[in-house]
Amino acid sequence: MTSTGNGASRTAVEVRLEGLSRRYGPVVALDHLDLTLQPGELVALLGPSGCGKTTTLRLLAGLEDTDAGSITVGGRDITRLPASKRDMGMVFQAYSLFPHMTVRQNVAFGLRLRRVGAAARDKRAIEMLELVGLSAQADRYPHQISGGQQQRVALARALAIEPQVLLLDEPLSALDAKVRAQLRDQIRRIQLEVGITTLFVTHDQEEALAIADRVGVMREGRLDQLAPPTEVYSRPATSFVAEFVGLSNRLPGEVRSGEVTVRGCTLPLVEHDVPEGQVVALVRPEAVTLASHTSEESGPLVGTVIAVTFLGATSRVTVDLGDTTILAQLSTSDASALPAGSRVALTIRPDPVLVSSSSTVDELVVGEEE
Amino acid sequence: MAVAATTATGARPARAGRRPSVPSWLGTVPFFGYVAVFLLWPTAIVVFDAFKNPVGKFTLAGITALGNAQVRGFFIGSFKLSLISALVGAVLGAILAYAVASGNPQGVIRRLYLSASGVIAQFGGVTLAFAFLVLIGPAGLLFHASWYYSFPWGITVIYAYFQIPLMVLVFLPAIDGLKVQWREASESLGASAWHYWRYVGGPLLLPAFLGALLLLFANALSAFATLQAWEDAVPYTVPQQIYTSMSSEVGLANINYADALALGMVVLVAIVMTGYALLQRRAARWLR
Amino acid sequence: MAAITSVGETPLAAPAKRPTGMQARRRRRLNLFRYVVFSLFGLFFVLPLLAMARWSLEGARLGSWSLTAWRQIASYNASEGIPPLISAVEITLELAVITSAVMLVLVVPTMIWIRLRVRWLARTMEFLCLLPLTIPAIVLVVGLGPIYNKIAHLSLSALMLFWVYVILALPYAYRALAAGLNTLDATTLSEAARSLGASWFSVIVRVIVPNMRQAILNALLLTSALVLGEFTIAFFLLYVNLQVELYSISRNTPNAGVIFSTSFAGLMFAFVLLLILSFAGRRRRGGAPRG
Repeated sequence: MTSTGNGASRTAVEVRLEGLSRRYGPVVALDHLDLTLQPGELVALLGPSGCGKTTTLRLLAGLEDTDAGSITVGGRDITRLPASKRDMGMVFQAYSLFPHMTVRQNVAFGLRLRRVGAAARDKRAIEMLELVGLSAQADRYPHQISGGQQQRVALARALAIEPQVLLLDEPLSALDAKVRAQLRDQIRRIQLEVGITTLFVTHDQEEALAIADRVGVMREGRLDQLAPPTEVYSRPATSFVAEFVGLSNRLPGEVRSGEVTVRGCTLPLVEHDVPEGQVVALVRPEAVTLASHTSEESGPLVGTVIAVTFLGATSRVTVDLGDTTILAQLSTSDASALPAGSRVALTIRPDPVLVSSSSTVDELVVGEEE
Repeated sequence: MAVAATTATGARPARAGRRPSVPSWLGTVPFFGYVAVFLLWPTAIVVFDAFKNPVGKFTLAGITALGNAQVRGFFIGSFKLSLISALVGAVLGAILAYAVASGNPQGVIRRLYLSASGVIAQFGGVTLAFAFLVLIGPAGLLFHASWYYSFPWGITVIYAYFQIPLMVLVFLPAIDGLKVQWREASESLGASAWHYWRYVGGPLLLPAFLGALLLLFANALSAFATLQAWEDAVPYTVPQQIYTSMSSEVGLANINYADALALGMVVLVAIVMTGYALLQRRAARWLR
Repeated sequence: MAAITSVGETPLAAPAKRPTGMQARRRRRLNLFRYVVFSLFGLFFVLPLLAMARWSLEGARLGSWSLTAWRQIASYNASEGIPPLISAVEITLELAVITSAVMLVLVVPTMIWIRLRVRWLARTMEFLCLLPLTIPAIVLVVGLGPIYNKIAHLSLSALMLFWVYVILALPYAYRALAAGLNTLDATTLSEAARSLGASWFSVIVRVIVPNMRQAILNALLLTSALVLGEFTIAFFLLYVNLQVELYSISRNTPNAGVIFSTSFAGLMFAFVLLLILSFAGRRRRGGAPRG
């Protein structure tokens, strides 16, 4: 990939959203949201539909008005600025390329608006197309290229104007799975190369975990957690995050002397100052290992395989323990030895687990209370 | 009834040519036959009779008569009226269509206007002329427009009444086809409203607009009833002249004159409609 | 980096002020534009109708009011100086019914049949159905002379106009019906029905047609509106239908109120029907699922 000096010519900026609120009639879409993007970082906003992630993006872009709060980019307050003056590049989910213009003309459009001369425009457009690997398609029309290619053109078009911030609104959701994965990595590569502060909205947790510097999990207009992907996955701040990102088994256990005992296994805790007593522990399926159990004795960690779900390289095995069911994730070769009906013995790997002291798993005690 | 025991119009897998299956296109014969008799045959009669003289021999006299100054005058009259009323209808109709399109897609106003457009576009002819007569004619309730009987402006106002709704009906889907993402994308790239319409919205709507304009033009060319009810003393346009030549007692000698005129009209309208079809296809590709 | 949770305990304080954002301003400007446009155009379209309505209620002296014009529509005797209009109205209504019926029976099965079995004819049918838009009535009627001479041997009634009215209605009816047919996956439906043992007749009549109810109603209405308003062909072929009758009344007694009462009634009839149709259609289809 040619080095085009895009990142070197501009310094990345910090984006700060403070107290951002937005409502539509009685529905609160955003509730005093605070979010800061460090210069050059890619933050992924993750959450179910209606959680406010797209609203956040659109407010940042200026496509919707804020009811309250402020937006500061590179130290400059742009809350009152119209979208056309915000100097941001945006990639939409679909259909955003102008059908009557060629790829080249699409990419050069922003420059044309800025009265860049034809020669300079063209040069820049080709540069951008080479960045995304589509310079061969420069004179095609949008309907002549595939969905993935269209999104790459949209990215080139957004970057052509050298914006301060890059905004991506579920850019991969409309694409096939295979294309999605490739494009995802490509977007990340380009973002790093250009070094631009980026906000990426998605409902697909795999995407978010794969490409983000930090992931913001949103629910009902608020951020439940904003942290690097590994932390969001292994130390979810709320049970919603734990449920939304990856799977968990919910198993009753008891906390004693800084550890929790779940079905006879003693596991360390993620947070150390959890009061003693009965809790519900969240155990990841990949922490559960299975072995064939031939002896007749039963126990809290002995059960029968009910179902095996083939996922490709790994398989998910559902085991009936008599009083509850548990999910285990194994490599497929291991799982093939344990078809439905086999009796198995479980071991739980001593990874730190998250616990909740309430029986309704909506609130989690995470260290001190807010 | 078992699938195998289909009626004669079903095609069966070939059975080594034992039973000739009845071709399924036979089922369409009633329709095509009907259209052939009542549409294609009369058209053919018009076309052929234009080349025949009253006793039936082949002649080009009818066609060459089209070149004379008087006939040219009628074609010019038709052309003028159609063009002006089409432009008026197209521009005003586009504005109205935009107003309707930018509202709630399920809203009351939209449905009201669309139903009204459906009816009013058909509401031409005598009734319309009467309505305007009582509104702005000599005994007009509103006022007397001195230009009411002028050609083409007076009659254009009447034509506008059905041209505008027709424009709304035809052009509205195109406006609906403008995706909101295009507007937002151009905004985020720095375009003002003017830029958007100049570089994106305008060019995208242009084929649909021109196509609709052509349709309105053809529509006005073919109109007769409104003209006749508005003022039947002096023929200004080709349709009126066709009527005059067909209804006059001396008419028999002029029969192929009417045919020639009709042929001229068909050719003109056919050219316009072809242009319309081509533009529609381009518009559909972008705005589907 | 510590997990950040937002402080969202207090409910969003409802701002009592008007939204002042740019998008809100833009929306307001747009609404102003719309109201102005609708008012102006609404005025333009309503005034002639009002004038018609007012004139139809005109009495003997200018400025007075009277229902004479409305009563005259139904008058059977010619003593009041207005030729009986009622038979023209009757004939035209009957024509509307016959034309609609013939058109549906002719077009709907053919359309479906072509869609299911004879795809390659689809283009041809579409072309033929749109052709009448290109061949104006005024041209058609010149060539119809000889054909209608023959028809006159069968019957002299104006009802014979239906033959050509079906052709005139084709473009509008076809478009409405095609729109309805296109929303169905007719092929799959017919395959399902056939696999359950239905004959082709059943497929058409019992499976496809019921799903096209909305479109068929649409087509019926457009056809009827067309027949009610048709003048040119009837006039040329020397038949008397509603519009021709109104025309000759106007030539004999200009500004006769009955012209306006009849026209106004016909117009309102068509408009109300179309309105009902559009509302009925929505309810049946239900709302699209919100994304």
